[in-house]
Amino acid sequence: MKAINRRQAFALGGGFVMLTLMPMAADAEVTNDAAKWIEKFTGGKQPAKGKISLDLPEIAENGNTVPLSINIESPMTADSYVKDVMIIADGNPNAGVATLSFTPLSGKAEASIRIRLATTQNVVAIAKMSDGSLFTEQKTVKVTIGGCGG
Amino acid sequence: MADKPRIKLPKEAAKGEVIQIKTLVSHVMESGQRKDAQGKTIPRKIINKFACEFNGKPVFSCALEPAISANPYIQFDAKVEEAGSFKFSWTDDDGTVITAEEKIALKA
Repeated sequence: MKAINRRQAFALGGGFVMLTLMPMAADAEVTNDAAKWIEKFTGGKQPAKGKISLDLPEIAENGNTVPLSINIESPMTADSYVKDVMIIADGNPNAGVATLSFTPLSGKAEASIRIRLATTQNVVAIAKMSDGSLFTEQKTVKVTIGGCGG
Repeated sequence: MADKPRIKLPKEAAKGEVIQIKTLVSHVMESGQRKDAQGKTIPRKIINKFACEFNGKPVFSCALEPAISANPYIQFDAKVEEAGSFKFSWTDDDGTVITAEEKIALKA
């Protein structure tokens, strides 16, 4: 077996670096207290997927105002309605974005707000129903210009 | 800050109809993350709570964090069962509350 020369060693090393860096680039890292917010809201219960449709742009050119629309499937009657919806951003200096509280008088569990996103990250919504069940949805938003000043 | 909040909703609705309400209030929503020219952190000053009630009953409310854009725009729905008035309130970090009221009638 031939010993590898200098050039091959470099190529190999470079490949290695690429491999180890790739998974980090693929999914944005959670850099703030998002887990704490979720824990506090859910009380440790695991939310199920579904019921929520979360509408955010795939690419936000300006992180200062990113339109967010949320719609949760629910009859919104006195017996069964969406109580609270927490929205968090896992790459902002602070994870919290807003907590929306609906009542049967809301008619529909639907709202739109405009949010700030510091960098490319995931926006997570967790809905708490009147019967205590939890649902979640998340979207990744690519941010061109961050919106938290600096 | 002195600007009146802008609220958009229909003047009248059929009984049981779900209407859409759009609100916008002028506010800097200073995040507490930014620094001024001297490198000092500009203190946080945001609207931290928005609430809407109809004839005294809560319809929708919202706890806001610094991640809400300046001049917060909030859109939501309300079910109208009777004529009456919507009361809106925005609570600032410093305790001041901006309020507004809009009436709605039932369609004949």
